[in-house]
Amino acid sequence: MENIYLPFKSKILNIKKHTETDYTFRMEFFGDVRPGQFFEVSIPKFGESPISVSEIGDGYVDLTIRRVGTVTDVIHSFFVGGTLFLRGPYGNGFDVNIYKGKEIIVAAGGTGLAPVKGIVDYFAKYPQECKDFNVMAGFKSPSDILFKDNFKLWEKSISVTLTVDSAGDDYTGTVGLITKYIAGIPVVDMDEVQVIVVGPPMMLKFTVAGFIKKGVKEENIWVSYERKMCCGVGKCGHCKIDDTYICLEGPVFNYLDAVHLVD
Amino acid sequence: MEAIIFMGFKLKIEKFDEHLERLRDKYKVYAPVLLKGKGTFADTDTIRYKEIKSIKEIEFNSKSTFSPKEIILPITQTLFYFTEDECKEPKEDEKKILIFLRSCDIHAMKRLDQVYLRNGDEDYYYKTLREKVKFVLMGCSDSFENCFCASMGSNKTEEYDMYTKIKNGEVFVECKSEELMNYFNKDIECAIVVEPEYVSSNDIKVAIPENLDQRVFKSKMWEEYSSRCIACGRCNFVCGTCSCFTMQDVFSKDNKNVGERRRIWSSCHVDGFSDMAGGHGFRKDKKDRMRFKIMHKVYDFKKRTGYHMCIGCGRCDDICPEYISFSSCVNKLSKVMEEVE
Repeated sequence: MENIYLPFKSKILNIKKHTETDYTFRMEFFGDVRPGQFFEVSIPKFGESPISVSEIGDGYVDLTIRRVGTVTDVIHSFFVGGTLFLRGPYGNGFDVNIYKGKEIIVAAGGTGLAPVKGIVDYFAKYPQECKDFNVMAGFKSPSDILFKDNFKLWEKSISVTLTVDSAGDDYTGTVGLITKYIAGIPVVDMDEVQVIVVGPPMMLKFTVAGFIKKGVKEENIWVSYERKMCCGVGKCGHCKIDDTYICLEGPVFNYLDAVHLVD
Repeated sequence: MEAIIFMGFKLKIEKFDEHLERLRDKYKVYAPVLLKGKGTFADTDTIRYKEIKSIKEIEFNSKSTFSPKEIILPITQTLFYFTEDECKEPKEDEKKILIFLRSCDIHAMKRLDQVYLRNGDEDYYYKTLREKVKFVLMGCSDSFENCFCASMGSNKTEEYDMYTKIKNGEVFVECKSEELMNYFNKDIECAIVVEPEYVSSNDIKVAIPENLDQRVFKSKMWEEYSSRCIACGRCNFVCGTCSCFTMQDVFSKDNKNVGERRRIWSSCHVDGFSDMAGGHGFRKDKKDRMRFKIMHKVYDFKKRTGYHMCIGCGRCDDICPEYISFSSCVNKLSKVMEEVE
């Protein structure tokens, strides 16, 4: 009988420091994984944390980890060549086929960009597979911006709106909440455009409302949820909302399903 | 699969205990036992599941404070030990498990099976223990305080391996398990009909509205629980169907290379249940926690599985230090649904 709680060892191949608190760990991994899925990442004797996949490549997955708790504090003290323990991947993740051939808008707040980054990477690499791609990303301040190198790369093939909530006078980039820029995103076919929104609860709420107001169909809006999870496999109960287990049926939901998820 | 037989017989208590002793070679035998002075408050007793040697130790006349879930879902369970960078699972206990329990508690096991064996992949630790278990049904001649099993349909069961009842110094047994029967066979003089006792109604009746849905969330009925509930979680811990847990890693102070990963019972009423790293949490207000628990027990579990989670044992009402009644709360739902219809 398989023990679903036993983690496997994975080597840290690279560490990219985005900010003081956000690092991306490139972990050795061979196997099927989708953008939006997550791993339970652990350090024996400290604990486990659910972390979503921020990039998928040949023989590796990227895990972008913010230092916010006991486990992530310790993870940040690790070096390349070290080992973390993983379980997963878990959750449904994004299905890239749903978005192919259509106009796509991705709106992400802060670390919310990590779970959806795989989708952006995919269409930035294969822009011919969709009609149009807009990625909107909002961060608190210029020093909070993650994946700076990726934004530069994406700009070559897709439209990018990178904004910060507030910045000093010397900042030359875009300033303001994501919601401010929703109206300006061009959409040709309002009936078909697909919108993915990922971020903190308040950002999610107002951004989704913004797109609905713009005329996007509710059934074409997708969100990814973040909840406390101990097991990731439908047992511990922490992530359950109504009859839905975020770890099993989510974390990616169509908005028509998500709207019924009342904590 | 073991063949199911139906065999009724009676034995002197002493004789039954002799067989129980032989059974104990292969089985750990658990039953509700009265623990004098071990209650939460001074001079109060509690009834908990313990290993027994004699049927005389069993408390047949009262409801156990905790349910038998703690046998197959221990309060604290080691998942594996860490030594250097290896994970090692704990050694499995070879013995099988025999549990004396009531009909409602057998129904509760079906709910735990649902979560641990059928909600996503099978849980290794639960399955390992669960496969060893045989149930000995304890009948109920009368309903206990706060019970509403009849309303929940858990007052009767067929899912037992043996049934026992003590009457006038004799144990009346109905055995459905061939394996258990092997222990008793040689002492049976004649077969008799033994039928499990069960209650067909309770003083407390619960009606769950058929049209129950999320509209009830907005009702003012939840507000009283904001101040009444003290978020102690006792209702969850005594519940036979509450199955949530939290993971916990610990390491030895003497040797930081050695440690273990455990899971411990968790409560949706207690602070921190939904808190994520960084501090964001949901259901900060205790009325929302009450609503979350009630709806899980009589609404959303059924939406997912086809039957209600609550089994009507009433242990939550027995234990609540604030005298919050689960059954009263559920009975308010019908009126609220009428208001929103």
